[in-house]
Amino acid sequence: MKIVLALILGFGFGFILQKVGAATPRKIVDMLRLKDLHLMKAILLGIGSSSLVLFLLLALGLIDPGHLSVKSSYVGVIVGGLILGLGWAIAGFCPGTGLVGLGAGRRDALFFVAGGLLGAWLYILRHGQLQTTFLFQELGGKATLATTGNPKFTALLPGLPPLLIAGGIAVVFIIIAWKLPDKT
Amino acid sequence: MKDFFFQEIWSWRAGGLALGAAFLLAVLLVKPIGVSTQFVIADGIVWNLFSDTIVTPDASAKHGYRSPNPYLNKSGGKYAKHIAEPLSYGLVFVLAMIAGGFAARRLQNPTAVEAPPAAAPDKLAAFDPPSPQRCLAAFAGGLLVLFGARLAGGCTSGHMMSGMMQTSLSGYLFALGAFAAAVPTALLLYGREG
Repeated sequence: MKIVLALILGFGFGFILQKVGAATPRKIVDMLRLKDLHLMKAILLGIGSSSLVLFLLLALGLIDPGHLSVKSSYVGVIVGGLILGLGWAIAGFCPGTGLVGLGAGRRDALFFVAGGLLGAWLYILRHGQLQTTFLFQELGGKATLATTGNPKFTALLPGLPPLLIAGGIAVVFIIIAWKLPDKT
Repeated sequence: MKDFFFQEIWSWRAGGLALGAAFLLAVLLVKPIGVSTQFVIADGIVWNLFSDTIVTPDASAKHGYRSPNPYLNKSGGKYAKHIAEPLSYGLVFVLAMIAGGFAARRLQNPTAVEAPPAAAPDKLAAFDPPSPQRCLAAFAGGLLVLFGARLAGGCTSGHMMSGMMQTSLSGYLFALGAFAAAVPTALLLYGREG
C-alpha cells in the first residue's frame, strides 16, 4: 500500500513541479537574480497554505502528529544550505527539480543528476570525518516554533496556541506572495 | 480543466496551491516529502553491486543491516537497509517524480517551453537548448547541491518546504543559508538585466 502511495504522490509532485516551472532552470535562475518572482510567489503560497491547513488539522485532531518529521538543527544545516545555494544558482536545479527535469527530457538535468550522485557519494565518504567537527554542533536539535503534539520535537514557543503561531506565519507568507511583483 | 493540464505553466496561485496540496497530502497519508536522501541510496545500491562488504545483514542493528561506512550505518543502519532492500517508499517516490515530470512535459506545448520568451538571445540563451558548457555547469552545480544537501540533512523539499510547513527551526535556517548564497551567486553570474 505504501508503495502505491509513493507512486501516486511522487508522480503528482513531479507533475506539479514541472507545471509550476520549478524544473525549468531559466525560471529558477530568473527567480534567484530577482527578475521573475513567479516561482517565489508559488513557493511562499505553497508553504503558507500547507502550513495553515496542517496546523488546523492538528488542532482539530484530524491528523496523526506521528506523521510529522522534524529535522535536527545544527551548524551544518546553515553551511550545507550555503553550499547547496551556490550549486542551485550555478545549476538552476535542486535535487527534486533536477529529477523532474530529467523526466522532462532535459540534457542538462541528466548532467545535474550525475553530478548530484557524485556529490552525494563524496559526502558518504567524508561524513565520518565531518561528524566530529563544529559542523555537527547542535543549534537547537529537533525543534519547531509551534507545538506539534509530537513529543519527539521541542516547541520553542510552547506557551502560545500552535495554530496562532503557525497560522500567523502562514498568513505572512501568503501576504508576501500576494504583494511581491511578478516580474521586476 | 483540460486547459489546466495542457497549459505550459500554471499561474503562481494555481501552482502554489497545488504545491501546498502535494506537501500536505504527503504528510497526511505517509510522511513529509524529501528527495536528497535517495541520491545516497542510489549511490549505495550501485556500490553494493560491486562490493560484498559495504552492506551486510546484522540482526543486532535496529534496521537489520549494517555498513562499515559511518554514513550508511547511521540511525541503526537505516540507509543500509534501503540499499539492501531498494523497493522502499522514498526511492519509489523519487522515481515516480521522474515519471510525473515526463508526463507533464508531454502535455505541454513544446514550442511554448523550448523557445526563449524574447526574440533576441539573452544571458540565459545557453539554457534552452542546453549548450555543452551549460551541461558542465549543471554537473558542477549538482555536485555542490547534493554535497550541501547531505551535510544539511535535507534539500529544498525536505528542509525548506516540508520544514517550514511544520515551523521547524531547521527549515528557516536552511532557507536562510540557501538564499543567502544563491541570490548573490545568480546576480554575480548573470546580473539582473538581460
